[in-house]
Amino acid sequence: MEAIAKTIFPIVVLFGAATIAFGVVLMIVAYTVLAERKVLGWIQGRIGPNRVGPWGMMQPFADLLKFIFKEDIVPDKSTKFIYYLAPIIALTCALMPMIVYPFGPAITTIDWSFLPFGLDEGIERLPLTIGQIDVGVLFVLGITSVGVYGIALAGWSSNSKYSLMGGLRSSAQMISYELAMGASIIGVVMLAGTLDLNGIIYAQMASPFRWYIIPQFIGFVVFLIAAFAETNRVPFDLPEAETELVAGFHTEYSALKFALFFMAEYVNMFTVSVMVVTLFLGGWYIPGLTHIFEMGSVAYAIASFVGFLLKISAFLFLYIWIRGTLPRFRFDQLMNFGWKFLLPVALANVIFTIVIVYFLNK
Amino acid sequence: MVTALFFLFAGLAIACAISLVYHKNPLYSAVSLIGVLVSLACIYVTLAAPFIAAVQVLIYAGAIMVLVVFVIMLLNLEEDRPLNRLRYLYAVGGGLGLILLAQTFFIFYAVSRVPKQPVNVDETVGETLNIGRAMYTEYLLPVEIVGILLLMAIIGGVILVRRLAQPELTLVVDNELARRNEAEEIGDYRIGL
Repeated sequence: MEAIAKTIFPIVVLFGAATIAFGVVLMIVAYTVLAERKVLGWIQGRIGPNRVGPWGMMQPFADLLKFIFKEDIVPDKSTKFIYYLAPIIALTCALMPMIVYPFGPAITTIDWSFLPFGLDEGIERLPLTIGQIDVGVLFVLGITSVGVYGIALAGWSSNSKYSLMGGLRSSAQMISYELAMGASIIGVVMLAGTLDLNGIIYAQMASPFRWYIIPQFIGFVVFLIAAFAETNRVPFDLPEAETELVAGFHTEYSALKFALFFMAEYVNMFTVSVMVVTLFLGGWYIPGLTHIFEMGSVAYAIASFVGFLLKISAFLFLYIWIRGTLPRFRFDQLMNFGWKFLLPVALANVIFTIVIVYFLNK
Repeated sequence: MVTALFFLFAGLAIACAISLVYHKNPLYSAVSLIGVLVSLACIYVTLAAPFIAAVQVLIYAGAIMVLVVFVIMLLNLEEDRPLNRLRYLYAVGGGLGLILLAQTFFIFYAVSRVPKQPVNVDETVGETLNIGRAMYTEYLLPVEIVGILLLMAIIGGVILVRRLAQPELTLVVDNELARRNEAEEIGDYRIGL
């Protein structure tokens, strides 16, 4: 009995953690959609959704139900298998980085001796991360780069000109801006000396600047711009430019398959917000919070988690704000900007950081 | 647990590899190859090499295969093209396959003769810090040689592409500019816009 309990316990804990994180992220994503419609409404002098529930709060669920019950139309000449596969790839790759999100600091003050079968053996800390991966930054970059296939394959398999153009644009755009994004992260990784997301936060706690946005401001700006392009958001939303491509790569998708793409876009927004906050704004770390709460206590963890969510919400709001403000780039402008401006700036930042770190370590 | 995961991902890799070879549609083959690469990355994770796994996904699945898919999407190959001219390749491929099989058996034989050493999963050899340290101290010369090779390849690629594409591109742009300037001089904004 004890042996079985000890084998199953970690699996149950991991599944539980993944389920909670999944629920939290999807709820935030659902309300990001509502917030986007509300904020866009205010920017444009409208009210926004206000019919479903008080203040329109149930609108995301109404939308989801609508997506589920709509007719699912599959184009006759589409490549069926890939057509079905594409939205799955898109959403899976969007959700997988959730595993390494640093939701909060490890809790060390809980006494685990109430667990039966001696399960508390060896548990000293409760990390608020599902998987403590040594290469968290690379993991997130790798998985999001695989997410390109969702869009590219969707565009190709729909057998429609609009979709194909949207898919091609999007893959070209995402490949181009991935380089600038990766280069802008290198500075942070060099300062922190680790690729682990929690490790980067601890390194920021130990550094004299507290948040890496101060020594890595150029990297922060480059990352932010590249993040907009990576998530296909305004002003870089060329893959779904309504005026020229109808709806881009998801023109031929309807009902729940469209909903999967839609969700994937918002989950990706959440992911890059998490990355920006973790790499440049100290993640869950709020300077001075250790004076109020004891490090490692539950209260400290909750306060840090709330701070983390607030920082992320600020970036999600920035996304919506910019969508309501800026027009769309032309495609050649986008490519020129990415390759001829953003990438050189990011590389210059890397070289500059190398020189500084070299002389500091000397 | 690790054994079960190994068989799961190894089976997945082999299944994807078979579908990669047997599909006539090149895009299906490309998607299968992505499956192979991702399954291999998962096996690397179980072998305590997370850095190699992440780099495998980031570079092979995330960058190189995107270019392959891109080219297939742009070329728009016809399906079911007769492959009669390439018959002799079956013989070549079979021969190479036999050589590969023989090599595999030789490796098995060589490994089975070596006294067994237990592999420690918690070992830190695969960690990023140790890989970086080894690359920039012990194996510095190979790393630099590879770096220079890659730089040469990049420059070569840029030069090859430039030579082919430049004259046509400038011509088109010049014409467009000239037309616009002309239209502006006349005051005909229909063409200019």
